[in-house]
Amino acid sequence: MPRLIKDGAVVDDRWTLLPEAYSLTDLPERGAVIVPFALWAAERGALRARGDVGVLLAPENDPADLGSDLAALPVIAVDFPQFTDGRGYSTARLLRERHRYAGELRAVGDVLRDQLYAMAECGFDAFVVREDRDADAALAGLADFDGVYAPTARSPQPWFRRRDDAAATDVWYPQL
Amino acid sequence: MYRYDSFDQSIVAQRVAQFRDQTRRFLAGQLSEDEFRPLRLQNGLYVQKHAPMLRVAIPYGLLSSPQLRRLAHIARTFDRGYGHFTTRQNIQFNWPQLEDVPDILAELAEVEMHAIQTSGNCIRNTTSDPYAGVAGDELIDPRPWSELVRQWSTLHPEFAFLPRKFKIAVTGATADRVAILVHDIGAQAVRNAAGETGFRVAVGGGQGRTPIIGQVIREFLPGAELLNYFDAILRVYNRFGRRDNKYKARIKILVKEMTPPEFTRRVEAEWDRLRGGPGSVPPAEIARLAAHFADPPYRDLPRASLAYRAALADSRPFSQWASRNVVAHKRTGYAIVTLSLKKTGVPPGDATATQMDAIADLADRYSFGELRVTHEQNLVFADVLQADLYDLWTRLKTQGLATPNIGLLTDIVCCPGGDFCSLANAKSIPIAEAIQRRFDDLDYLHDLGAIELNMSGCMNACGHHHVGNIGILGVDKNGAEWYQISLGGAQGFKASLGKVIGPSFAAAEVPGVIEAIIAAYVEWRHPDEAFIDTLRRIGIDPFKERVYAPAH
Ligand code: SF4
Repeated sequence: MPRLIKDGAVVDDRWTLLPEAYSLTDLPERGAVIVPFALWAAERGALRARGDVGVLLAPENDPADLGSDLAALPVIAVDFPQFTDGRGYSTARLLRERHRYAGELRAVGDVLRDQLYAMAECGFDAFVVREDRDADAALAGLADFDGVYAPTARSPQPWFRRRDDAAATDVWYPQL
Repeated sequence: MYRYDSFDQSIVAQRVAQFRDQTRRFLAGQLSEDEFRPLRLQNGLYVQKHAPMLRVAIPYGLLSSPQLRRLAHIARTFDRGYGHFTTRQNIQFNWPQLEDVPDILAELAEVEMHAIQTSGNCIRNTTSDPYAGVAGDELIDPRPWSELVRQWSTLHPEFAFLPRKFKIAVTGATADRVAILVHDIGAQAVRNAAGETGFRVAVGGGQGRTPIIGQVIREFLPGAELLNYFDAILRVYNRFGRRDNKYKARIKILVKEMTPPEFTRRVEAEWDRLRGGPGSVPPAEIARLAAHFADPPYRDLPRASLAYRAALADSRPFSQWASRNVVAHKRTGYAIVTLSLKKTGVPPGDATATQMDAIADLADRYSFGELRVTHEQNLVFADVLQADLYDLWTRLKTQGLATPNIGLLTDIVCCPGGDFCSLANAKSIPIAEAIQRRFDDLDYLHDLGAIELNMSGCMNACGHHHVGNIGILGVDKNGAEWYQISLGGAQGFKASLGKVIGPSFAAAEVPGVIEAIIAAYVEWRHPDEAFIDTLRRIGIDPFKERVYAPAH
């Protein structure tokens, strides 16, 4: 079974990513699948009924377009066609911080050790490391830093509000 | 100046460790060239003509004397004994070995410095006013805000892979000394009708192959919202900026293609969701940062120095130097001094390790152990007693740092060009030198007054030639090095871009062309009229005619 990094450990991946699925006939009879946003948008009724279906977002897809489906999705995969295409970082933060998505958020595509830390800060909790790379070795990338200054999905309070001497009255509590 | 706390220190230490491991994996063949390139660029490491080039950040231009000594040490130990100060308040080393770079970074981290994001498609070193905190024309001190931006932008995880590089400048003064309108974001302190201080935000300025003056998209942004607003701008850019063509990937192209009103609308909509949120900056945080930039222990002086006045009357070379290299300080009896890195025969912006050590000693002795780097590639002692100016001048002279040419024609802003840079079309350093040699009469130079001459070795415009009153651009003509001349560029809140005057010239012709331009100015100028003002009054045609007139 393929493996992925999930919640800081390498585990079996029960999801099948189907980036080339254009219609329902492209899907296997059963099993957990992740389908492109376009297919989801066209067949959301049938796919919801099937259950065990996640959505793959391309860099140009707007997470807002998932609308009310969001809360029910067990997994959203965000594609990084090249690791230098950073749009997926914004997608992740929007999903987590704006749309309050709480399910699994996985990075797929050109996913490499040296980007895992930033991805995790932006809200990814699962990483399908590129096939030719060792996921176990890549795990170390999650620990590259102890934190950053800016507010992120993982630490919505920026460093200047987390520091010991931050004025207590200034702390801002997100409206959950 | 700002001192790191344990969190700041741990971030740079972890970045060094991360880069050491990345370098190790690259050398071991575990990272491909294509995978390593963006990683090393994000740590300021280019592969240049002769060797790697390492660019080290000098955040908003501020350096302490121990930091400068460390740069001297690095130049001596890992390089060929010198460094090059750039137009973006960075310093570059041209000859390090790739294997040594992690050690160099570790040396930097020990003195609270780094090379983080000095290159690559990410948020670059934030630049600011070299006279911050000491100029008389300040609304606010931009340094706490610049440090705030430095921290926010450092390893900002959402914006690690933008479509293209992203440069931010901040100023708190009423005069523009940071070229605010040729940055991706320029934030200028302003006061609103209610007397509150905030920022006017311009976006989409830039040089390079499509030079554009920045568009003001918000006239007044409350200071507390600075980072939220920047996040909004960067998010719109990150999501919608072009990634299909690197020449159309800067934010200026997005602003243009989206149209400024639509771009502004999207930014404002994004900001609306962020404002008042955790990224808004509490006054206590600004106060905490501002405490790092408290005034040094100035002496209370009742009047300007009489000894200084006497020395000015006594020594013409000294007064000539003072007239160009010394400007007024906010405190009575103090002065701001610019050390010229534009001595004829030395590549503009270069300083040797020996000079750096000497400068560090002089900074300790005369300017509270601090100095600043300007985007015109000179250095500034911001807090010198007027009574010490003559002594300081004497000592600077022995180091070749007292060329009295700040703001004059020979204070040439110049990129490393074809001697070092692999992107260059043409050399720039020898051209700068040839011009400096042609204009070697100091009295004449002083009579000509302020003229900004900027030169870039290719259209990447690192020498900011678009905003030079006279701009020189290296171009390639069938494999030969040629130079295109433009006129009328200017920095400042009324920034303008130069216009190309016509066909380009061979290297040997350039000094003569500059001479012809200057001759036209001398002929047409009104008394006390600066070069740029004459140019704006009469247009470029009279200059063109002079330059292209058939030889007699
Ligand atoms: S302007 Fe061109 S030649 Fe000069 S440093 Fe920049 S890239 Fe190199």
